[in-house]
Amino acid sequence: MQPKIVTLYVNGHTHQVALAPNVTLLQALRDLGYTDVKNGCEKGDCGACAVLLNGQPVNSCLVLAWQAERAEIVTDAGLGTIDHPHPLQEAFADAGAVQCGYCTPGFIIAAKALLDRVPHPTEEQIREALSGNLCRCTGYGQIVEAVQMAAEKMRGDKETRRQGDKETRRQGDKETRRQGAGRTRFGRIDGSGGGRPEGGGR
Amino acid sequence: MLPEFDLLMPHTLPEALDLLAQGGPDVVPLAGGTALLVDMRGGHLRPRTLMDVSHLPASSEPFGKVECRQEDGHVAVGGGVTIAALVDSPLVARYGPVLGQAARRFANPLVRNRATLGGNLAYASPAADMAPPLLVLGAEVELASAAGSRRVPLEDFMLGVHQTARRPDELLTAVRWLIPPPQAVGAYRKLALRQATAISVVSVAVMVEFDAEAMTHLPESSEPFGKVECRQARIALGAVAPRPIRAHAAEEVLRGRPLTPEAIAEAARLAVEATCCIDDLRGSATYRRRVTEVLVRRALSDVATFPKARKLSGREEEG
Repeated sequence: MQPKIVTLYVNGHTHQVALAPNVTLLQALRDLGYTDVKNGCEKGDCGACAVLLNGQPVNSCLVLAWQAERAEIVTDAGLGTIDHPHPLQEAFADAGAVQCGYCTPGFIIAAKALLDRVPHPTEEQIREALSGNLCRCTGYGQIVEAVQMAAEKMRGDKETRRQGDKETRRQGDKETRRQGAGRTRFGRIDGSGGGRPEGGGR
Repeated sequence: MLPEFDLLMPHTLPEALDLLAQGGPDVVPLAGGTALLVDMRGGHLRPRTLMDVSHLPASSEPFGKVECRQEDGHVAVGGGVTIAALVDSPLVARYGPVLGQAARRFANPLVRNRATLGGNLAYASPAADMAPPLLVLGAEVELASAAGSRRVPLEDFMLGVHQTARRPDELLTAVRWLIPPPQAVGAYRKLALRQATAISVVSVAVMVEFDAEAMTHLPESSEPFGKVECRQARIALGAVAPRPIRAHAAEEVLRGRPLTPEAIAEAARLAVEATCCIDDLRGSATYRRRVTEVLVRRALSDVATFPKARKLSGREEEG
């Protein structure tokens, strides 16, 4: 069981790490500091470890790190930063779709993959796309609502961009990624969104 | 934590087959890992060497593709094709919609992006969800080795719990079936303890080939229910025996008869006799037998009530 040097492309960064063959992509990512990827069941049941692998959402606990060599990997933290959150991240905070937060990165990855394919999903399509992710706190209602809000927002953004707004959000800046991986990343201090209590007040 | 193992990473199909020929029974192919890695982590399996086939190029013929070979009337799906790709495949929707139905009920979207058709069949769980639809399509599997390839009917391929006719030096490279005639209608029913991420308690696939002549005379808006005779019926059951099975006696009783409520009920009762259920954490043997009868009845009713117009216009998927 010889380790080998594996090249991993994560959120726009290149890492070269020596890994044994039995190391999962989940373990490798967490050891590299991508702790937004959560270790839940390690069986493909919960979706907490979901990442985009070449654009497809997969459970990183069921991918060996060697199998992910040279694939493009995107984690939740690669989608946005605390200052420039992705519309999905913003919507999850606004809709109260985050309670303990453990499942959130996986849900956002699964939702991102859905919106990439289906920009205006029905509720049924949302529930189907998120059916590999478990949440034990919120009861899914707010999560579905958050995805609908994000889809709406992204449609609006697209129209704004078409009108000439050149603002681009560079993803994956290492400094902000590290800040973004902290536990306050979904907290909103201005209280502007959603009208629901922050921090699990229900 | 996974146990220790060596990992081979071939880059082409011939290279993979060479490695299998050299390694023999010690080398276990790893595709999506959605079953194998889970069982290894649970301590049920401890292979010394795994060989990754998940990143063989999609162009590897026939391993990575869904193809329709019109010339010999077959559809061929590569062993490395993911379940998600089956869900999306227009060829599957057109020439094997019953497989597409089962693929949509398979585990969950994240697992479907990794799990492969070849892996599902070769791992040979009694509850392998791709098996019943492929059994009713009359599929055969292609097994390739460095020495050549052979074809085995799926019914003779899965032999028992995690047991198949695959030799250790062989890889399941493709699954093939004859394009069903236009007057054939299939249906799939699965009972699991929840809607997603759930292993089947019982799964049922049926495929009924109606009499072509009578179907032609059936009005477009009509259903074959109780009117058109079955020329041939196939019924396959999952998770009710050590391997996915056909219910041959139940199939025979439908031959030459229209799908009346009586004929459907009789076939459903006979299907139960083909089972050999066990108690497990998902359900008791008694429960499985009861559910088998209900699901066979429902699947045959799905077929009987399928409007002819939808079938012929190729929109069967929406059912």
